Amino acid sequence: MINILSSILILSGVFFYLAGSIGLLRLPDLYSRLHALTKADNLGLGLLIAGVALHSQDLLMMLKLLLIWLAVLAASATSAHLIARQARRQETGS
Amino acid sequence: MSPVSLPLFDALLLFSIVGLAWASLATTDERRSVILFIAFGLVLAVAWGRLLAPDVALAEAAIGAGLSGALLLGAVHRQPRPLSPGSTNDSRNQGATGMGVVLRWVVTLLCTALAGTLAWALLHAFSSVPHDMLPRAISGNLAASGVSNPVTAVLLNFRAYDTLLELAVLLTAVLGIFALGQANPGYQPAGPVFDSLVRWLVPVLILTSGYLLWVGAHAPGGAFQAGAILAAAGVVLRLAGRTRIGLPEGFMLRIVMAAGVGLFLLVGLTLLLLGRPFLGYPPAWAGSLILLIETAAMLSIAATLLLAFLGGRPESPAHAARTESANTTASNSGNEEQTRC
Repeated sequence: MINILSSILILSGVFFYLAGSIGLLRLPDLYSRLHALTKADNLGLGLLIAGVALHSQDLLMMLKLLLIWLAVLAASATSAHLIARQARRQETGS
Repeated sequence: MSPVSLPLFDALLLFSIVGLAWASLATTDERRSVILFIAFGLVLAVAWGRLLAPDVALAEAAIGAGLSGALLLGAVHRQPRPLSPGSTNDSRNQGATGMGVVLRWVVTLLCTALAGTLAWALLHAFSSVPHDMLPRAISGNLAASGVSNPVTAVLLNFRAYDTLLELAVLLTAVLGIFALGQANPGYQPAGPVFDSLVRWLVPVLILTSGYLLWVGAHAPGGAFQAGAILAAAGVVLRLAGRTRIGLPEGFMLRIVMAAGVGLFLLVGLTLLLLGRPFLGYPPAWAGSLILLIETAAMLSIAATLLLAFLGGRPESPAHAARTESANTTASNSGNEEQTRC
């Protein structure tokens, strides 16, 4: 039961990663690419971590995995913001 | 821990490593090359993980990808940018004519010969002695080493002399950095989003480095990984435009820089005076002595890596205070600009 559930979670995580990567390659400009990449990958990583956490059966390990996800969420949101802001500054020439 | 066979994953990993290395070398844009190099380091860390060498994987991710990446990006940032995108290509093409081609082939041949020799030496070493001789020797003496992590036992006890010399190399490197003169002026103050990340990320990094130092006695971790992460906290602070990045000032900075080698030598010489071999810890004291040396080594490593990122001697306190006040005014006006947008 846990195996099936965890496989479903991991596969949907992989699907979101794939969607994000296709978005990165196919979308026309920097802002929509960033949007696709950060949103899809953050969700994909969350699903992957949920799938892996189901396997660990150890509360401390689950907490560590959760911590990794939260750190990546904050870091990727911030770096996406910084890249977008820099791009906008270069566009407006200020 | 036994290796799980994942041939498809390993093949993908291998192709990514070689592909990223090639792409990083082949691109003419320096910034792109550095970013590819960082990706290469991260994939290499995964490969070390697959080889069941988590200590090396941690060091590769923290130092090879993280801090070296930050150093290289900083170096690219400080280089004068070419006037037009085509100008770098021109200089590359000029290098590719005549002597350049010959030189490249000579270097390629020498590198291939070196790789071949190393591969032959490795195969020879594996075939001439039973391949589990070294692991058996280590696990046989692990009880006397004071730690239960075999990697830390080798680095800080069985081959402590090598680690002492590594720390001496780092100290020499820091002397070279000091010889470069004053550090570059810092970056502009971070906006509210980055600043709020820094506020909680830096304490977490400091906590993580303390954890890695402590856990190194019985699990993957140790002074080098902990020092790299401690230095990363300083790098993050510097990138966020702070002038105080955790480095002590003046004489204290010199003490921290030399602490690793100094304490190592002090322990070794004291043991020598007590009639034991140089760095031959008494088994009852080995655990505490290793932790003591590793703590000093972590601080020295962190200071060295952070000074490498600064690229020179840190500013004097008085000058730093003046820049700080200037930065505060700048950040205030920056915030106003943000609100107006």
